[in-house]
Amino acid sequence: MKQMTETTQKAHWGMVLGRAAIVVLLAGIPFAAGLCATNPGGDNAVPNIFQPQSTPADSIKQLSDFVLAITGMIFVVVFSLLIYAVIKFRQRAGTADREPAQVYGSTQIELAWTIIPILIVVVLFLATARVIHAVQDAPKPATAIEITAIGHQYWWEFRYPGLGIVTANELHIPVSDPALPTPTFLKLLSADTDHSFWIPQLAGKTDLIPNHPNSMWMDPHRTGIFLGQCAQYCGTQHAKMLLRVSVDSPKDFGAWVRAQQKPAIQDEKVIAGRRVFETTACINCHAVGGSAANGRFGPDLTHLMSRETIASGAAENTKENLRLWIQKPDAIKPGSLMPAMQLNDEDLDALVNYLETLQ
Amino acid sequence: MSSDAMAIRNVEVESLPLVETLHGWLTTVDHKRLGILYIAYALLFLVIAGIEALIIRIQLMHSHNDFVSPQVFNRMFTMHGTTMIFFVAMPILFGFANYLVPLMIGARDMAFPRLNAFSFWLSAFGGFLLYFSFLGGSGLYGAGNAPDVGWWSYAPLTARAFSPGHSSDYWTLSLLVSGFGSIGTAINILATILCLRCPGMKLNRMPLLVWLNLVMAGMVLIAITPLSAAQIMLLIDRYLGGHFFDAQAGGSAVLWMHFFWIFGHPEVYVLIIPCFAFMSEIIPVFSRKPIFGYPVMVAATVCIGFVSLSVWAHHMFTVGMNSYANSFFTITTMAVGVPTGIKIFNWIGTMWGGRIQFKTPMLFSIGFLFQFLIAGLTGIMMAAAPFDWQLSLSYFVVAHFHYVIVGGILFALFAAFYYWYPKMTGRMLSERLGKWHFWLFLIGFHLTFTVMHIPGLLGMPRRIYTYEPGRGWDTLNLIITIGAFIQAVAILVFVANLVISYFKGDKAGNDPWDAWTLEWSTSSPPPAYNFATVPVVASRRPLWDQKHPEDPDSRYD
Repeated sequence: MKQMTETTQKAHWGMVLGRAAIVVLLAGIPFAAGLCATNPGGDNAVPNIFQPQSTPADSIKQLSDFVLAITGMIFVVVFSLLIYAVIKFRQRAGTADREPAQVYGSTQIELAWTIIPILIVVVLFLATARVIHAVQDAPKPATAIEITAIGHQYWWEFRYPGLGIVTANELHIPVSDPALPTPTFLKLLSADTDHSFWIPQLAGKTDLIPNHPNSMWMDPHRTGIFLGQCAQYCGTQHAKMLLRVSVDSPKDFGAWVRAQQKPAIQDEKVIAGRRVFETTACINCHAVGGSAANGRFGPDLTHLMSRETIASGAAENTKENLRLWIQKPDAIKPGSLMPAMQLNDEDLDALVNYLETLQ
Repeated sequence: MSSDAMAIRNVEVESLPLVETLHGWLTTVDHKRLGILYIAYALLFLVIAGIEALIIRIQLMHSHNDFVSPQVFNRMFTMHGTTMIFFVAMPILFGFANYLVPLMIGARDMAFPRLNAFSFWLSAFGGFLLYFSFLGGSGLYGAGNAPDVGWWSYAPLTARAFSPGHSSDYWTLSLLVSGFGSIGTAINILATILCLRCPGMKLNRMPLLVWLNLVMAGMVLIAITPLSAAQIMLLIDRYLGGHFFDAQAGGSAVLWMHFFWIFGHPEVYVLIIPCFAFMSEIIPVFSRKPIFGYPVMVAATVCIGFVSLSVWAHHMFTVGMNSYANSFFTITTMAVGVPTGIKIFNWIGTMWGGRIQFKTPMLFSIGFLFQFLIAGLTGIMMAAAPFDWQLSLSYFVVAHFHYVIVGGILFALFAAFYYWYPKMTGRMLSERLGKWHFWLFLIGFHLTFTVMHIPGLLGMPRRIYTYEPGRGWDTLNLIITIGAFIQAVAILVFVANLVISYFKGDKAGNDPWDAWTLEWSTSSPPPAYNFATVPVVASRRPLWDQKHPEDPDSRYD
């Protein structure tokens, strides 16, 4: 910049740049803080897409880094040109009455800023197409676990056809060892409206659409709980259609599978509660393996107590929450399709006692 | 008509009783009055939809907030989106096109003045019909009043099984009605530009604003028709036993997505191209240079128009298209970036070597360039289909399209207000309030929408009325909400400026900016007939030729 002739102008520009700096800082601090908030390798409370733990999510992250680098460079170049033009070619004192040279265009320059972007687009496209192919057209190995996920207003049904397991909301899958990969392949269906399956650290999202089967896969590299939730607006309680994926070691997964394959425990001590369950509307929607209850509208309750949450992750699976959920579901999840069961205290206690035996 | 007749007429207008004045506005077929009606009506809905946005932001201020119920929240985001697109952005841009196009091509009115009035009142009726649903409709499971199915109204949520009340019908009918209004206006703009240009104004001498509105009008014809068709199909599904979108009966939910987005993506360009048009008029005047590369600007616009018709399914990367379809929509979407980039470069080229005056319209224009650059780059990120599998349906997308619509379109509109308000009212808007408006809005905008990208990267989906604590989203959402309120204050400053300046603003005169296009050659506000004698032009900048007879543009034409 040339010397400034007027101090007031200088002050004005200092103010403008100061304000710009404030804006950038205000935007930048939470950005950095947000991305650093999670502890890599620690717990997965924050489902950060930049901390992938599975091959598809990892391929996406690598592509993202590349795209961010290219777009970042474009930003720096164009932003610098803009700022330079704004500062350098501002109206200065004493020139107000002279019109600048009237330039109408330049074929060479315009050709340059047409061709360079075209080349950038070609490079970006090739990098992208490679990842699209790698993720979407990946072959399914014989050792893959197959699961059918069915979206319901506002909960998830998981069926393991090869293992004869039906569960809900909390998906258990084995960790995949690169030496002997056991990726999980999901078939995605919907029982009603559109939903979307999204565990940011394990894979990109894929929609569950009625009458339009989809598929996706993931091969988690380490054990732990991974969080996500429905990403496609599906109705009133879209917000509390949460997802938990428990990635288990092969040993834990085997134990979980054996436990889930057992029929429901039949404990004579809670026969009163079981009678309440089987003689009220509960069985219209819920199933308990090995009993008369075989409804499909709501989650399968055969091993209810093996889950950490109820109401698709909206509440912890505790005795108090079970009571509240049965008597007044709107207190936990207003607009959910679970009806208030209107039981008297005696029946409610018996019913909750019965449910608590469904290990 | 002579100037004497005009003076007499003005006296008559001032002495008219209120009822007569209102009657005049209701029955007007004058393109300028209709333009102002469009703008006033859009500003009313801007305030309403803005309040809806604030309700959304209060609710999301922290996790597990219970300011509103999920039902109310879902209505708020549905109505906010629908209103902002169909009853704010579309009418306000049509309003400016209505007002400016005839003036800039030296015409006395639009080609079909009565169709013009009819189109406006159809659009206005659509908006009021939509809001009548607060009294008349009932939503999902009879739970609500206003539509609560999202502004895309994805099937099968709109099927009677899921939306048994009438709220979805209000949504469908209001968009159908206002869609017919949009089609009427588009035909009118096309006919006006093609048939009513003054002598000497060849196509390649039209101001860029007129060129860009020509492209916009053509795109409206192509984009609105599939939407109207889909609305009719939805009505057939809901009331005549059709199964187009009814997945339970073998219909296709994905079909609705295609119909909606083959409207929805060109629609984005229908909205942004008129804003490019404002930039292409305002940046040259405040840089004191002609637009850089006029033919390339026209070609790039036409190119955007065509390519944008083949990008719609980038809204559908997560619905399970095969890898070839995903690759196709990746390349077409990235390709739109090329002509768009050319435009940004040409605007910077216009400023280069100029003598930039930082009046309020130019400040908003520079804000536009900065934000539109970022919006374009985040658009490139989401064009990369795998990246979009993460970003789509998250707050990152919400941040991206608000960067386009607020950071781009609204900033350009504010620039247009400060630039053409003097022509419309005869009074200047206050520069002091204008600068307050600009800086407040800029800070509020970035606090809200720059920050909003991050929760998306941290896995926060859109359209959730509440969220779990401990996911790293709370602080960010609080900042976003604070930014929203700063923007609201800026809008209040803007409205105050509009009102105060109308009564107390400096007199504008014919040509307050020393500009070069025909609208500045007539009085402010222009008389009903626009020009006492039909102008004759010899170049792209007729007023430059007049002011600089020693070096007219016509010499190089």
